[in-house]
Amino acid sequence: MERPVVAVVQFPGSNDDRDAAWALGALGADPALVWHEDAELPAGTGAVVLPGGFSYGDYLRCGAIASLAPAMDAVLRFAAAGGPVLGICNGFQILCESGLLPGTLRPNRQLEFVCSDIIVSVENADSLFTRRCALGQELVLPVKHGEGAWFADDDTLADLTARGQVVLRYRDDVNGSLGNVAGLVNGAGNVMGLMPHPEHAVDPLLGSADGGLLLAAFVDAAAEYVLAAA
Amino acid sequence: MKATVLVRPKEGILDPQGEAVEGSLRKLGFEVSRVRVGRVIDVEFSAGNAEDARAQVERMCSDLLANPLIESVEVSLGES
Repeated sequence: MERPVVAVVQFPGSNDDRDAAWALGALGADPALVWHEDAELPAGTGAVVLPGGFSYGDYLRCGAIASLAPAMDAVLRFAAAGGPVLGICNGFQILCESGLLPGTLRPNRQLEFVCSDIIVSVENADSLFTRRCALGQELVLPVKHGEGAWFADDDTLADLTARGQVVLRYRDDVNGSLGNVAGLVNGAGNVMGLMPHPEHAVDPLLGSADGGLLLAAFVDAAAEYVLAAA
Repeated sequence: MKATVLVRPKEGILDPQGEAVEGSLRKLGFEVSRVRVGRVIDVEFSAGNAEDARAQVERMCSDLLANPLIESVEVSLGES
């Protein structure tokens, strides 16, 4: 099968864009870097990654300025058409700011930047992004963020939990995230955001290959989307 | 037209930044019981009249300047 094109959007201040592209390439995708001012995604794009970093210097609120970039209009159209979209760290913040995912990411409860390998458990193994994992499986993934405490009102969290949209939870409290939420999908199931970095965990040499389970499922989804669109 | 937008963390929303500032003020010897940190945004813009100006600023707030989930806003308008 042909390698599906996975667009990785680069904002000023993104810094995990090339890592994401590398990891996706290693997992069978054809990564394409897309500049934030581009109004269109590459022809035949099968999935989109919003990478980690500090887009626009985290001005105003993390992800707020990036959510209004021209490339995001294209990403919103792609997501509305059912295209798989994955936001990692700053990408998760951007997805929340753009309204594609509920809630928001706030400064870590402990007031400190957190940078370590942590454990998340898979709360829903049926999502597009977690279907290579087992329910309850624990994944070792690195986190590195200052504003990763996910927040929403209690009713929203209860609804998301009931609908299986909370796909990853921290095993231990990492940043004060409500409900220990580490990763979410949207109602349609084609958009996911998470604070941990799967792209930094695709080879045992890097301490863990568990991120590969998530990204490989995402590359599968990209291939399926390309096939369905053809 | 000029607008000053005061963005505050909503009541009941944890404000770690405020807590950090509060701790530092105590360290300096002040008897501080609570600190909340927000931000001030000054905007200069064109508007037909005061009503239009207020409507515009409200849209600026909801579309970008504040996150209604966690922040409250207070707007004051003035002629430039």
